[in-house]
Amino acid sequence: MVDVVIIGCGIVGAAAAYELSRYKLNITVLERENDVAMGSTKANSAVIHAGYDPEPGSLMARLNAEGARLADELCDKLDIPHKHCGALVLAFSKREELLLERLLQNGIKNGVPDLRILPRELVLEMEPNLSGEVAAALHVPSTMVVDPWEYTLALAETAVRNGAEIRLECPAEGITRIPGGYRIHTGKGDVEARTVINAAGLYADKIHNMVSEPAFTIMPVKGEYYLLDKNEGARISQVIFQCPTEEGKGVLVAPTVHGNLIAGPNYVPSKDCGDFATTAGGLAFVMKTARKSVPEINFDANIRNFAGNRAISDYNDFIISEAKGAKGFIDLAGIKSPGLSAAPAIAKMAAGLLTAAGLHLTLKDNFVDKRKRIRFLELTPDERKALVAADPAYGQVICRCETVTEGEIRDALQSPVPPRSIDGVKRRRGAGMGRCQGGFCGPRVLELLAAHYKRHFTEVLQDGAGSHVLVSETKRNPLCMN
Amino acid sequence: MHELIVIGGGPAGLAAAYGAWRDGLRKILIIERDKELGGILNQCIHTGFGLEYFKEELTGPEYAGRFIKLLQTTQIETALDTMALKITRSREVHASGKQFGYAVLPAKSVILAMGCRERALGSLGIPGTRPAGIFTAGTAQRYINIEGFMPGKRVVILGSGDVGLIMARRMTLEGAEVLACVEIMPKPGGLLRNVVQCLHDFNIPLYLSHTITEIRGSKRVEQAVVSKVDEKRQAVKGTGFAVDCDTILLSAGLIPEIELPTAAGIKIDPKNIETSAPGVFICGNALRVHDIVDNVTTEALRAGSAAAAFVLSEKIHD
Ligand SMILES: Cc1cc2nc3c(=O)[nH]c(=O)nc-3n(C[C@H](O)[C@H](O)[C@H](O)COP(=O)(O)OP(=O)(O)OC[C@H]3O[C@@H](n4cnc5c(N)ncnc54)[C@H](O)[C@@H]3O)c2cc1C
Ligand SMILES: Cc1cc2nc3c(=O)[nH]c(=O)nc-3n(C[C@H](O)[C@H](O)[C@H](O)COP(=O)(O)OP(=O)(O)OC[C@H]3O[C@@H](n4cnc5c(N)ncnc54)[C@H](O)[C@@H]3O)c2cc1C
Repeated sequence: MVDVVIIGCGIVGAAAAYELSRYKLNITVLERENDVAMGSTKANSAVIHAGYDPEPGSLMARLNAEGARLADELCDKLDIPHKHCGALVLAFSKREELLLERLLQNGIKNGVPDLRILPRELVLEMEPNLSGEVAAALHVPSTMVVDPWEYTLALAETAVRNGAEIRLECPAEGITRIPGGYRIHTGKGDVEARTVINAAGLYADKIHNMVSEPAFTIMPVKGEYYLLDKNEGARISQVIFQCPTEEGKGVLVAPTVHGNLIAGPNYVPSKDCGDFATTAGGLAFVMKTARKSVPEINFDANIRNFAGNRAISDYNDFIISEAKGAKGFIDLAGIKSPGLSAAPAIAKMAAGLLTAAGLHLTLKDNFVDKRKRIRFLELTPDERKALVAADPAYGQVICRCETVTEGEIRDALQSPVPPRSIDGVKRRRGAGMGRCQGGFCGPRVLELLAAHYKRHFTEVLQDGAGSHVLVSETKRNPLCMN
Repeated sequence: MHELIVIGGGPAGLAAAYGAWRDGLRKILIIERDKELGGILNQCIHTGFGLEYFKEELTGPEYAGRFIKLLQTTQIETALDTMALKITRSREVHASGKQFGYAVLPAKSVILAMGCRERALGSLGIPGTRPAGIFTAGTAQRYINIEGFMPGKRVVILGSGDVGLIMARRMTLEGAEVLACVEIMPKPGGLLRNVVQCLHDFNIPLYLSHTITEIRGSKRVEQAVVSKVDEKRQAVKGTGFAVDCDTILLSAGLIPEIELPTAAGIKIDPKNIETSAPGVFICGNALRVHDIVDNVTTEALRAGSAAAAFVLSEKIHD
């Protein structure tokens, strides 16, 4: 019997695994997909919100501000790509200027530092490519952007380095109570645990209902995006929001950590939790609304559209509590935005709830709290020379658009949470993320994966289970067959 | 120091290097990121190359082979498996690969012959899901002709550029079913001979003034929704029909590969083999997309001569 099972390895599950791996505990993470960060965490705005908009006194307000502070430390410690870019919330009318004032007061109550309302001239001086229609803006210097995949991966890898086990392609399918804990039935055998953390994102209600009375429901609400080429990346230098509405923070335009430009999301209920399709209407709306902030965006420079689902619950706040009548079963549910920002604080709160449920948390002496990896693209010519001289694999460029080398991909394959698919390599190393979208490196990455896992080429996956790239060998001359 | 560094060992790079040699340069290096010389021609195993230049109908590899043979009569050096990552206006080439690790190589002249790349799905902005089974036609061509694997069995081709047309025939011959070639413009993008030989001869329907308006399928492509478009290339509501397929090939345009000069602030005029940087020349599909390789060769020989003239005149000035 392990001490803790965590169901789901999005940012919340990974943060919980990382936090708990500080302690002398046996931890098993169950993730139904073939990689970490395949749910809401994979498709979002990637903003570490400063915390000016949640209702003061709410869990979201407290955990956002704390989470953002922790995220900043984690990025440095665990080598997670991030950018301290700051943000502007634009007002286009007198009514919206009043709203800025409210956000400012909210932010001060939530402890957000250095907030200021700037007049039109200063706003346009800061960001000359914004619409001339802007009337004023709230300046939020502490807003950051991160790479949400690598953020999750860094936490998951560090947890594994510190002894946690992550089982991929291992869905929790049912839970029964046993003396002193729970038996979780998975697609691949049972796991017994003293305590359970439910971090199943869009499916958290289903997991909750396996042990307790239905208490909440999760509704998937879609957000669609454009990801534009790096040559559009310099249009703005900060995250550009419009005034929030009931439907959340609205369509933003933001730089990404990798230097691209992102525009989105809209807010439309999804057919179901697995519906990640983009729509003509949704994309047209995002384009039009983004142009209200930054009129000159060149959408022809689009390199990818994508959509994510928000886990919207019937509560107005995050649901972070022990399930009724289920001792040691902790829900981390309804984690909508700002969930990415709040995750490390959510994890600390979860640890507190486990202690309250009777789990003893004793710190390890040998907790490894650092991570470092090689990024060829960021090295100077002299550093590159030395690196390639020591190990020629770093001299073989696999991805031409993002300059990713064979050595870096090999490192990923040997890491604690190795990629199992071409997109897994892309999420870890950026190969295939650039303007040609894997047209060049796809076949090369496929070959590396086949060699590493000793699989036939036709078994290599693009992404999740069933997403085969190649269907068969071409016809062979029967005379040549051996 | 090299008198000339050629970036790219496709037909343009090969002819450019040869042209410079013929005009008197002796220290010439070709940098090629692939395992072999020949560029895109290596995967073009169909015939139709060389009708003008050699007055013969050759396959792509045969055409490239002629130039590779010619180079063997010279002392032109080649660095394979080596990628140029950066150039500067003062003609330094940063390259990385097996031969010399990471190196910064100065040169008296540089010829850019990096070819072109295919337009990817993103720029087409097609809504729907993002499953496996969507390839550019050139990537599919590489999988079939070089690696020996089929990327799919039931295929819809978006765009009617030459690569897409060639692949319609190729995939049919390899046993796949090509269900449609869909072109947004009112006339085909590729050469007429390819429309006839690759679509008509195999009864593959060509839908002009049509496009794919939605992609369906969660793991692998399951359907493409094809719709008619109006004069403004906007989809006409109610004309959409779903085609059951497992593969979509994109043949929607080629884009010159000019990231290297762009990053260095070197300007390119698609009509001119000279760039804004003295001693830096450009030719082949990197300059502008050519339909026929023979024209690439002629242009590249000129670029080679221009580089030679540049280096030799500098010598006189010294
Ligand atoms: C459009 C959009 C924009 C957003 N923008 C931001 C932003 O800018 N800033 C911000 O802070 N937040 C943002 N968010 C919110 C943020 O993305 C989420 O709060 C966060 O990703 C939630 O993480 P999670 O781990 O709870 O869920 P998920 O990432 O969904 O992870 C849940 C995991 O559980 C797994 N799972 C499910 N069922 C099972 C099972 N039965 N067995 C095993 N595993 C299972 C899933 O496969 C998944 O990997 C945004 C969200 C969306 C959708
Ligand atoms: C499918 C297809 C069918 C065709 N059919 C015909 C036909 O029937 N008849 C005909 O006449 N023409 C045809 N063509 C056109 C002809 O093949 C091309 O015009 C010609 O190959 C272009 O030559 P290039 O040298 O400019 O580019 P490429 O052949 O693309 O060569 C560029 C080379 O540069 C290398 N390179 C790029 N960047 C770097 C870097 N940074 N560092 C190192 N190396 C680099 C690449 O690896 C490549 O080898 C066809 C083309 C295609 C794609």
